[in-house]
Amino acid sequence: MSRIQTVFDQLKQQGRKALIPFITAGDPNPQLTVPLMHALVEGGADLIELGVPFSDPMADGPTIQRASERALAHKVRLRDVLEMVAEFRKSDTNTPVVLMGYGNPIEAMGWDKFSERCAEVGVDGVLTVDFPPEESSEAFSQLTKHQLDPIFLLAPTSAQERVEAVVKAARGFIYYVSLRGVTGAANLDLVDVAGKVAAIRGQTSLPVGVGFGVRDAATAKAVAAIADAVVVGSRTVQEIENSGEQNAVANVKKLIAELRAAIDS
Amino acid sequence: MQKYDFPDAQGHFGQFGGIYMAETLIPAVDELRRQYLHFRDDPDFKAEFAHELKHYVGRPSPIYHAKRLSEHLGGAQIYLKREDLNHTGAHKINNAIGQALLAKRMGKKRVIAETGAGMHGVATATVAARFGMECVVYMGAEDVQRQAPNVFRMKLLGATVVPVESGSRTLKDACNEAIRDWVTNCDNTFYIFGTAAGPHPYPMMVRDFQCVIGNEAKVQMPDMIGRQPDVVIACVGGGSNAIGMFYPYISEESVQLIGVEAGGHGIASGQHAAPLTANAKIGVLHGNKVYLMQDEDGQIIETHSISAGLDYPGVGPEHCLLKDIHRAQYVAINDDEAIGGFDALCRFEGIIPALESSHALAHAMKIAPTMGKEQAILVNLSGRGDKDMNTVARIKGITL
Repeated sequence: MSRIQTVFDQLKQQGRKALIPFITAGDPNPQLTVPLMHALVEGGADLIELGVPFSDPMADGPTIQRASERALAHKVRLRDVLEMVAEFRKSDTNTPVVLMGYGNPIEAMGWDKFSERCAEVGVDGVLTVDFPPEESSEAFSQLTKHQLDPIFLLAPTSAQERVEAVVKAARGFIYYVSLRGVTGAANLDLVDVAGKVAAIRGQTSLPVGVGFGVRDAATAKAVAAIADAVVVGSRTVQEIENSGEQNAVANVKKLIAELRAAIDS
Repeated sequence: MQKYDFPDAQGHFGQFGGIYMAETLIPAVDELRRQYLHFRDDPDFKAEFAHELKHYVGRPSPIYHAKRLSEHLGGAQIYLKREDLNHTGAHKINNAIGQALLAKRMGKKRVIAETGAGMHGVATATVAARFGMECVVYMGAEDVQRQAPNVFRMKLLGATVVPVESGSRTLKDACNEAIRDWVTNCDNTFYIFGTAAGPHPYPMMVRDFQCVIGNEAKVQMPDMIGRQPDVVIACVGGGSNAIGMFYPYISEESVQLIGVEAGGHGIASGQHAAPLTANAKIGVLHGNKVYLMQDEDGQIIETHSISAGLDYPGVGPEHCLLKDIHRAQYVAINDDEAIGGFDALCRFEGIIPALESSHALAHAMKIAPTMGKEQAILVNLSGRGDKDMNTVARIKGITL
């Protein structure tokens, strides 16, 4: 059984919801990424989304754009991100890691080589924002060949038949984008999200995570009430940005602990 | 040659093209594709498009025999397809009108656009004013500097110009920002994309709207010289003016097609915007799979060209295919050579060309002397050079 499924099964038995923070690999510098990943787990993360920096992050708002720029200023490459996961796995063999980013760095490495290396270092799932299922046949076959979960997005604009098509291709969990916009955008509409999540659940037994727009403990708690997982991206990255390199690890751990407490309360 | 019929229903030109977009925008491009396929064959739509091109743009654009320049070069006769004489001064208006008419039928009251040199931004601001739509244009902060007159024109036309400070602060970053706007406002906003690239249906739709260039030329050339030209040349950034000229000629196998990319400081310098000429690897950016300037890790690299309109790391998917099947040839002209083409047209013919079009012209000047005097080269003079006065003055060390 995959690590992702194991974690969601355990949470379900415990009647708890998953907390999935996102950080960009290499932000604020490459040395801090693995300590930050451990801090996320210590704070109470169930699964980590690790962003692969890209020069043209079209689906991201200013906060995650800046994280990508900071990482690229340190010349962090996809192969370095994979090494970071290998380092993380030396002391954490349980927490699932999902790589999230854009397709081109993977295309440049080749899906076969990338998938093989992901399996070796202990990556569990891959989400490429700009590769919808229609364009993912090679990605899908290489990822699944190496027991990696291809994770796909659904959005407020996705109609019923689109939901059906996407859930068929997805593994691990469904990432529901809570609003029309880029990461870190305006406040989400919880009633609307609840309706959409229910509609997705009607089509799949996969867990449904909700992200884009979870800004604080209150929204995290509210989202946890209607979804299986809460994804916290821009807010986590913002904490790193505001903390400076000295305090980033401690502050991020504290933030995640607060969100964890809110979700479990 | 086998029957040429691209793209397929999913927008693929061979291995190129496709729909590489975030999920939120997939329904938007899907709806756009359905609406375009419906209206493209609608008699009212076709009639209104033709009427606008004739009465608002001023089509057909003439073909002009550049006699003095041809005599000076001592070889093939050079003919110019005068897209510079269109309303707003470039070929961009053909596509902007087509997409605005579609936006109107889709009930979209707000249009957005990206722009490099500013010609597509001006064309979009123009049609937005013409049809009473709100208009926001994204433009790299560096391009806002080097194309100041066009920024002023857009503002006069009522558009909001947003300088984009991220990344390399040029055309690709303007595209990123326009996509971010679209993902946020897709319900009420139509993205008037400026070149024959991006997610399906844009490469096909922009090509179709720009094909008026080649379709006219195919009638005009036999009228002028009794036959089609031997060579057709156009500059290629994203490649919309080139595909508009080339596409109707693809089936005319005797006509050689040459796309001219921006060689910048030279291909060997690495500072250029010529993915096809420099044999860039295939990659994915802005919704499509194309030849793309990138580093070993798949990060998009910064490009360089004297002309903002060609300063883009990718190229439309159909040009990638035409290169692979050897139906068109792609070459690069560097900054200095483009200035040579610019100067020559000013002095020999009294026509000030856009720096983009000067690349096509410079290549024509390179090959004309190697050809016979009875041979004919047709150059797509895609735009006029008024917008480039500041750039050219700076290069020549002149303060205006």
